[in-house]
Amino acid sequence: MNALRRLFSFNGGVKPETHKHASTREPIVPLADLPLPPVFVVPLHQSVGGMPTPLVSAGDRVLKGQRIGGADGNFSSAVHAPTSGLVRAVEPRTMAHTSGLTLLSVVIEPDGRDEWMPTPPLDWRAMEPDAVRSWLRDAGVVGLGGAVFPSHMKLRAGRATPLRTLVINGAECEPFITCDDLLMRERAAAILGGIAIMRELLGAAEVLIGVEDNKPEAIASLRAACAARGDATIQTVAVPTRYPAGGAKQLIRVLTGIEVPHGRRSTDYGVQCFNVGTAHAIQQAIELGRPLISRIVTVAGNVASPRNYEVLFGTPMDFLVRQAGLLEGTTGFIMGGPMMGYRMPALDVPVIKATNCIIASSPALFAPPPPEMPCIRCGECARACPTDLQPFEMYWHARARNFGKVQEYNLFDCIECGCCSFVCPSHIPLVDYYRFAKTEIWDRERKKESADEARVRFEARNERIEREKREKSEKLAARTSAARAQASVADAADAPAAPGPDRQALVAAALARAQAAPTAPGEARATPAAAPPEETATPPGPTAPADKNALIEAAIARAKARKEAAGDAPAAPAATARKERSPEEKQALIDAAIARAREKKQAADSPDKEAP
Amino acid sequence: MRLYNSPYVRQPNSVTRVMLKVLIALLPGIAAYVWQFGPDILVRVLLATVTAVGCEALMLKARGKPLALFLSDLSAVVTAWLIALAFPAIAPWWIVVTGTALAIVVAKHLYGGLGQNPFNPAMVAYAIMIVAFPSLMSQWPSALPDAVTSATPLDTLRTGLRATDATVASVMADARVFGELAGRGWEWVAGGFLVGGLWLLQQRVITWHIPLAFLGTLTLVSGAFWLAHGAQYASPVLHLMAGGSMLGAFFIFTDPVSACTTPRGKLIYAAAAALLVYLIRVFGAYPDGVAFATLLMNICVPLIDMKTQPPVFGHKGR
Repeated sequence: MNALRRLFSFNGGVKPETHKHASTREPIVPLADLPLPPVFVVPLHQSVGGMPTPLVSAGDRVLKGQRIGGADGNFSSAVHAPTSGLVRAVEPRTMAHTSGLTLLSVVIEPDGRDEWMPTPPLDWRAMEPDAVRSWLRDAGVVGLGGAVFPSHMKLRAGRATPLRTLVINGAECEPFITCDDLLMRERAAAILGGIAIMRELLGAAEVLIGVEDNKPEAIASLRAACAARGDATIQTVAVPTRYPAGGAKQLIRVLTGIEVPHGRRSTDYGVQCFNVGTAHAIQQAIELGRPLISRIVTVAGNVASPRNYEVLFGTPMDFLVRQAGLLEGTTGFIMGGPMMGYRMPALDVPVIKATNCIIASSPALFAPPPPEMPCIRCGECARACPTDLQPFEMYWHARARNFGKVQEYNLFDCIECGCCSFVCPSHIPLVDYYRFAKTEIWDRERKKESADEARVRFEARNERIEREKREKSEKLAARTSAARAQASVADAADAPAAPGPDRQALVAAALARAQAAPTAPGEARATPAAAPPEETATPPGPTAPADKNALIEAAIARAKARKEAAGDAPAAPAATARKERSPEEKQALIDAAIARAREKKQAADSPDKEAP
Repeated sequence: MRLYNSPYVRQPNSVTRVMLKVLIALLPGIAAYVWQFGPDILVRVLLATVTAVGCEALMLKARGKPLALFLSDLSAVVTAWLIALAFPAIAPWWIVVTGTALAIVVAKHLYGGLGQNPFNPAMVAYAIMIVAFPSLMSQWPSALPDAVTSATPLDTLRTGLRATDATVASVMADARVFGELAGRGWEWVAGGFLVGGLWLLQQRVITWHIPLAFLGTLTLVSGAFWLAHGAQYASPVLHLMAGGSMLGAFFIFTDPVSACTTPRGKLIYAAAAALLVYLIRVFGAYPDGVAFATLLMNICVPLIDMKTQPPVFGHKGR
C-alpha cells in the first residue's frame, strides 16, 4: 500500500558518500554498558529559546533526572542532572560550538550510585493538553534532529488550519550519522508510542514516517511495530536517498507535496514535523516519567569501531569517543555530519541534546579544501540547491558586502545544507559567505534597533529639558512680577519724590535678568511683557539731584537683590546657579547706573535716553 | 592552518576538470577538420595555445595572481582552441596570434580574469579581427583534395543568390563548395562538434537549454523562410550544419561566464541568439553571425538573468 503513495520531489540535492555502514553493524551500546565519566558538564542552555535559570548551586547533591535548570518562560526547556552526585560548580564552560564561547554549565561529580528521582508516569489522557505540554517543557524534551527546538511549542495545531499530516522524520540524510537508523531498528515500539501522544496533542489525521530507502532494516522494523499496534493511520514511507531529504521542509515536500516557505509555520499548511528521536523522548518523558537526560549518539570517523551509544548529556566528547577507540591522527571532533556539522573548539566539550553524531576528523578523512578559484558561473550550485536559490549570485553580492542585494536573492531562505559548496568546481566556501552575510545583516539590524532606541531616548530627554526650562521660566516670570510689586511698594515708601531713577533701576534689573538667561524662551517672553507697562506708566520726569538719586538707585537695587535672593532660596538648582551669578551682574549694572546718573547731572537739561 | 567550516566533504570536481572536458569534447570536431582539410588546423591550434598561455602567464604575473594555480585551470587553452577553430585556417599566422592575445589580455584579464569577463573572449577576438581585416578573415580553405581558397559556403550562397535567376539549388550545385547537407567538408566538422557537444551534455558540463533553444530556433526561423520561398532561402539543414552553428550551440553560447545562468534565461538567450545568427547570415554582410550574435546577447545577459530568476522553494505561484 505504501508503494502506491505518490511521492513528490524537491529540486537539487546531492548524493555524497554515506559512510553509514560502519556504525550500523553493531547495536546501540546501552546506557548501562557505558561507564560514568569522572565529571559531567551540563550546559544550562541546550535548546532554542530562553536560557534556563539554574536551580542548584555548588555543593548541592542532585539525583538523576533532577531538574537543574528551570525553563525561562514557555519558549524554553528545562535541563536535568544526568546522574546522581555532587554539584561541584555552576560556572561558564566552553560550549559545543565552533566559536569556543562559554556557557553557564552545571558541573556534576557523579557519586556512582546513579540514583533516580522518583519518575511517575504521566496519565496524559486524563490531562489538559496544555498540562501535557508543560510537562514536556519541564522534562526538557526538544527536537533531537539537531535543531533542538522546544517540542512542546510545536505540539499545537495552527490557529486557522486543522492538522492534517504529522510527518515523522527518520530520513537521516547526512553521511556518517546513523543514530536515528539504529533507534528505529531497535526501539520502533517506543517511537510509535511517542507518535501516538503527538498525534493526540495535534489532532493529526494521518502520520507519515519518512525514512530514506537506504535504511531497509529501520523501515521493516517500523512497519512490524505498526502492524503489532494495529494502527493503520501510521504509515512508514521509504523516500529516495538524496541529501538533504531529511531537512524538515524537504521531507514535508516529498511526503505531502506542500512547500512551506521561509518564515511560515508548517502548521499553517496543516503539517507538523518531528524527528524520530523526539518521538522516542516524548514517549520516555510521558509513559516512563523520565526527563530527557540522554540520547543516541553516533561515534564515527577516525575511530577503531564506529558505533552508536546511548549517552548522558554532559559526558565529555573525548571520554565517549575513547570508548570507540580513538585513532592516531585525529585533529578534532565534528559534531553532526560532514555536510552541516560544527568543528568543536576542544575535545572535552560535553555531549548535548543537539549531538547526534561525533566524527573524529583527520586530514585523511576530510582533506582541507583545494585553493579557492574564481566563480565561473557554471550554475552547478543552483542545480544542487534544494531551495531553488541562485547561490553564485548570493556569493557575488555577499563578497561585495552588498547585503541588500543578497537579501533580494532570498538569502534567508538558505538552509545552509552545504550542497552548493559540495558541488562547486571552484571550491568556494559558499555557505561561509552566506553565514557571514546573515550575521552581518543581523548585526546591522541589532545596531539599527539600538540606534532607534537611543533616538527615542534622546528625543524624550530633549522634551523633558524643554519642559523643565519652560516651567522654570514661568515660575521665574511669576516671581519677577511679585518682586516688582513689592519693589513699587518699597518705592512708594522710601522715595516717593524720585520715580524716574527708580524706574531706571527696575528696567536695568529686568535687563540683567534677561541677560542672565537669554535663551530661555519663557523668560524672553516674560521680560518685555513686564517691562513696557512701567515704561509707559510714568513719563520721564525732571531729573532729581544726581548724587542722591544714584545713591537711592543703588540702595533700591541692593534691596531688590536681597529680596530676590531671599525669594530664590527654595528654588531649583538651576535657579541657584542664576542667583549665584546675579550679584556681580547687578553690581555692574549699579555701577553703570551711577555712571549714567553722573552723566545726566553733567548734561543737566537734556533728558536721559535709556539706552542700555 | 587554514580554518574551514562545513561541508567538510566535496564532490571531486574542479575548474580544470570542467575545462578539460570541454577540450576533450572539441576533439571529434578537430579530427573531422584534419580529415577534411588537412593537418594545418593542428598548427593553428598549437600556435593559439602557446600565445594564449603566454599572454595568460604575463597577465597573471602583472596582476599578482598565483601562476601555477591559474595556468592549470586550462581556461586559456579553451579560448585558444575556440579561436583556432573559429578563425579561417588559411589566415596569416599573425592574425591568430593577435586575435588570441586580444582575447586573453583585453577581453579576459582587463575585465578581471577568469569568471569576470562579460563577453566571450574568443568571439571578441573574432569580431575585432573580422572588422579590422575583413578580407583575410573571409578566405577559407575548401575540402581536400581541391584545397582551394574560397569564401565560406554561407558567403558563397549569399553572393550567388544575388545573380538573377539564381536559386539555392543552382548555387549549391557547385560541388567544390557544397556537399550533401551544407558546405563540403564543413558538414563533417559540424557533425564532430555535435558529437562532442552531446558528450558534454551527458557529462553535465552544459545543460540542454542553450543547445536546444539555439538549434530549435534556428530550425524554426530558417524553416519558415525556406517553406515560404524555398528558391531564395536555404533549408534548415544547411543552416544547422554550416558555419559556426554547432560550435556555437555547444561550445560558444554555452560559455557559462558570459551566458545567462537561469533556466528560462538560457532559453531566451539562445533563442534570441539564433534569430540574430540567421538575420546576420542571410541579410547581413558578414560570412557568419555567431560571433556578433554572441556579443550582442552577452550585453543582454544581466537583464535577462534579472528578469528570469526562478521561484524559490515555497514561493512558487506568489
